[in-house]
Amino acid sequence: MAEFVYLYRGNRPPQSPEDGQQRMQRWMTWLKELTDRGHVKDPGHPLERSGKLVSGKARTVTDAPFAEAKDVIGGYTLVEAADLAQATTLASGCPIFEIAEGTVEIRPVMRMG
Amino acid sequence: MELGDHFFRRESGRLVAALTRIFGVHNLALAEDVVQDAFCRALEVWKVRGVPDNPAAWLMAAARHRALDVVRRERTARTFAPELTRWLESEWTLAPVVDESFTSAVIRDEQLRMMFSCCHPSLPEEAQIALILNVLCGFGASEVATAFLTSRAAVEKRITRGKKALANAERLFDLSDDDFGARLASVRAALYLLFNEGYHSASSETAVRAELCDEAIRLTSMLLETEATAEPATFALAALMCLHAARLPARLDAHGDLSSLPDQDRSRWNRALIDRGLALLEQASCGSVATAYHLEAAIAAVHAGSPSIASTNWDAIVELYDRLLKLTPSPVVALNRAVAVAQRDGPDAGLAAIRAIPDADRLRDYPFYPAAIGELELRRGDAASAARAFAAAVGLARNPLERRFLERRLRTAETTSHPAPAGPA
Repeated sequence: MAEFVYLYRGNRPPQSPEDGQQRMQRWMTWLKELTDRGHVKDPGHPLERSGKLVSGKARTVTDAPFAEAKDVIGGYTLVEAADLAQATTLASGCPIFEIAEGTVEIRPVMRMG
Repeated sequence: MELGDHFFRRESGRLVAALTRIFGVHNLALAEDVVQDAFCRALEVWKVRGVPDNPAAWLMAAARHRALDVVRRERTARTFAPELTRWLESEWTLAPVVDESFTSAVIRDEQLRMMFSCCHPSLPEEAQIALILNVLCGFGASEVATAFLTSRAAVEKRITRGKKALANAERLFDLSDDDFGARLASVRAALYLLFNEGYHSASSETAVRAELCDEAIRLTSMLLETEATAEPATFALAALMCLHAARLPARLDAHGDLSSLPDQDRSRWNRALIDRGLALLEQASCGSVATAYHLEAAIAAVHAGSPSIASTNWDAIVELYDRLLKLTPSPVVALNRAVAVAQRDGPDAGLAAIRAIPDADRLRDYPFYPAAIGELELRRGDAASAARAFAAAVGLARNPLERRFLERRLRTAETTSHPAPAGPA
């Protein structure tokens, strides 16, 4: 088994409380299914959409947002899968695709040796 | 842990009420933003980390935290609730005042005041209900539109206009205000309408209908928890809602089609709701005045206690309709009375009662007026007249659900008047 990080992008506030609850439910169902099948190494955390950026030799500090709203990483999950192809297939069930600009970036964790 | 059904929606009304107390009703939009923000945070965290043990407390803490932030950041630029300004200005009193706003007793009082404010006399009733559903029940505009079978744009307009009226009032209605009695009557009327919207809703989705009825019952129960609003008429309103809601599961048959009272499978009536309705009706009877709600609840109670159409005490029902008609003269009530008369004295007497309705012309767009005539003609054996009446009713149907029901009755009348030729023996 190899490890992969899912990076979630895209955010749309729910249209109503009920809409929000249903969306959350779909996320929980999806993650539970992945967990039950032994693919979730760490469910990860959502990330605040604001923060700081330190850059350059001068250690310039910039306030977030660093990118357009749709490009901000909203959270991550550490997944185990046989290979990149399987990790990609597993990601396709993610409810983030209900949002027009929602994406999951799948990145293999680099291993020694 | 699993979240209860409609958890966010229920909490929405509570949090908005608490925040409106702090920010003032003129900042309702800000209160809604803070709630939305708390919801978004909950959504993001819970979907990955799971629902916490006490989700309501979690949400409240998130809203409280944001509220403190907002007040600290904007207290010089913005005016918040005038009665609280003094307390919000000082760091010593800010947190206690905000905490107090999130206690359940304060939240309930604020929700009541909000309900009264939504029923402002300048707002048409449909705007009042849309506003109640949106602000107090957490329904989004498209959810209100689905329930009322109207466009989202129309609902949004109603809600926006309603919120403007709320903001202009500058403060929420106070239960000690002079026009309390009149406003309480409007609140009951709005909740009654909300309930009927659910009960008679054209939507074939049982869930949508039941939700409106549930919300109406929930808000009416809130009125019963406060002494000033727990009048006999309020108990009667709650009773009639429970007794009618009890029949809701049987109003649509297995195919999702309307099922009229005689055809309903009474074993599907909700016994617990009937018992609750009867107990409420008992409590409603402590005053000396019988309101229209009392009479309607009493009629529903007679039905609820009858194992079948045949064993129903139609004497009692006709008498109750007579009293109701005196109290609220309406051709629809008169039509229902005529149907009860037909059950008691036969279809000819029923048809005579229908013909005697003084302002029957007001029923000319009402599909169940010709439909009632059709039923009675069918019963007295005049299938051709019945078919004509049902055909007229089909033409008046207001939605697919009614149309399917009336077309079925029309077919019954037609096959009775032109029986299919018997097949070869």
